[in-house]
Amino acid sequence: MPELRSEVLTVNMGPQHPSTHGVLRLVLELDGETVLSVMPTIGYLHTGIEKTIEQKKWQQVVPLVERMDYLSAHSNSFSYVLSVEKLLGLEVPDRVKWIRVLLVELQRLNSHLVWLGTHVMDLGAMTVMLYTWREREIILNINELIAGFRMFPSYIRIGGLREDLPDGFHAAVRAILDRLPGKIDEYEKLLTKNEIFLRRTRGVGVISRATALAWGMVGPMARGSGDTYDVRKAFPYSGYETFEFDVPIGAAGDVFDRYMVRMNEMRQSVRICWQALDRIAARGVHAADDPRVVPPPKDKVYTEMEALIQHFLIYSQGFTVPAGEAYVPVEGPRGEHGCHVVSDGGNRPWRVKMRSPSLIACQAIGTMAVGGLIADVVAVIGSSDVVMGDCDR
Amino acid sequence: MESRALVAALETLVPGARVEALPSVDQPTVLGAAADLVAVGAALRDGADLRFAALIDIVGVDMMPRVPRFDVNYVLVATSVPARVRVKVQVDGDEPHVPSVTGIWPSAGFLEREVWDLLGVVFDGHPDLRRLLTPDDWEGHPLRKDYPVQVKVPVKFHEPLQVTEDQFKANIEQDRRVRGDQS
Repeated sequence: MPELRSEVLTVNMGPQHPSTHGVLRLVLELDGETVLSVMPTIGYLHTGIEKTIEQKKWQQVVPLVERMDYLSAHSNSFSYVLSVEKLLGLEVPDRVKWIRVLLVELQRLNSHLVWLGTHVMDLGAMTVMLYTWREREIILNINELIAGFRMFPSYIRIGGLREDLPDGFHAAVRAILDRLPGKIDEYEKLLTKNEIFLRRTRGVGVISRATALAWGMVGPMARGSGDTYDVRKAFPYSGYETFEFDVPIGAAGDVFDRYMVRMNEMRQSVRICWQALDRIAARGVHAADDPRVVPPPKDKVYTEMEALIQHFLIYSQGFTVPAGEAYVPVEGPRGEHGCHVVSDGGNRPWRVKMRSPSLIACQAIGTMAVGGLIADVVAVIGSSDVVMGDCDR
Repeated sequence: MESRALVAALETLVPGARVEALPSVDQPTVLGAAADLVAVGAALRDGADLRFAALIDIVGVDMMPRVPRFDVNYVLVATSVPARVRVKVQVDGDEPHVPSVTGIWPSAGFLEREVWDLLGVVFDGHPDLRRLLTPDDWEGHPLRKDYPVQVKVPVKFHEPLQVTEDQFKANIEQDRRVRGDQS
């Protein structure tokens, strides 16, 4: 009988591992099943979007930034557009603000549904994913309705929206908002008191509030540990101060509390969506009245000389943005999301840097997973809700 | 807190530090000197009415042909106040040096590696300054303004390992011997 070997084992988890949600690679050092150290290695999905952006005109950047965090396209373009509008000193009409808020909250629901399905599937609950995907499909249908594109609608533009809302928009949103609260209760019935789920999540991946902040995590990750910071409340943008909603927080800072925070966030998003939907008239303005950046309507382009010239200028040489820098963060599904935009006064961005909550969360996986079991690494990755497109850019 | 109030608070907390308020459109911005960065960072984190506990982003910008050439922006948030500030450091040269703040905020680990990777700013005192997003054998720093773009280079492949039949047999035999020793 050979002697039992007990040396430390180094294991590569990923980049192709189903529970790493993309191409995250973790180099684990294991003592038996206990994790001794975690070294995250990222960059497998790096596409150089920030360098590409520097070759594009201001309005051509919107579709590019949307492809970074592919589960929350609207909040990428929203943060970029808000930063550019800050530099331009542009104020959009109220109706545009409400529509943007509604779309961003719907997309938070969409992103959380994907997170819930994949996270609990990693923990062994296969069924939930089939249900969350069913509801997500309906939300993606709304994107298709407004923009003809399901994942990357590019509907939020500098100065407003691409076009006015289509017919049937209100009915479609009402249908999903009516449906969701009951469905969220249904998911909770499957999970929140499920003994197996509780054993996999309670007291697993614990991080204290102070540690979470020291590792730069703001958003659902820090709120699971009891931090109250939410960009929508702390630094309101796009009229969030006029909406009524609560910021759910946890206490223990474990995987289960982060799960509860996100579940309650979904309910609050539904609340915000109803308020926004009530304020949006079926027809109205869809962009600021600013001929510098907003192209004139097509009927004027065909009939008026000035509108034709304006159209031609915007689509050929673009517009310029005053020199300076701006960073207007938004509360994305994964935490504070923002675009640091630097302009030199030209018609192309000098530098665009996306603040990526996934990169920050990836870095902290080690802090949460060390000392636990290797199976809990999967729970920690799932609960940090990383999107590798956002992480590697 | 406004930029001026922040600067006043920092000047009392860190005597002799060169900090000045910069005009900005979005959030308070403070320009600091690279040499004072660690002291200023510690004061921002621990100062009684500052408490910027979270460093959420580091943004490097190449401002070529300006001198000094590089901007390094530290985006800080005090979540309980709530307040935010952007601390800007300007450095020059082909291999600019900035002291690392990993000792103050551990989140700087990846963020400083990213700035080094893409812009070539060296963070002195960083425990593990390797490339983060590009492959380890990448040459140059892509986000510099003098980095060539749209240049066609042939795709590189790694040569596959070639062994002769004799070497192959020898390998198998050696492997057998090693495993035989163990069991």
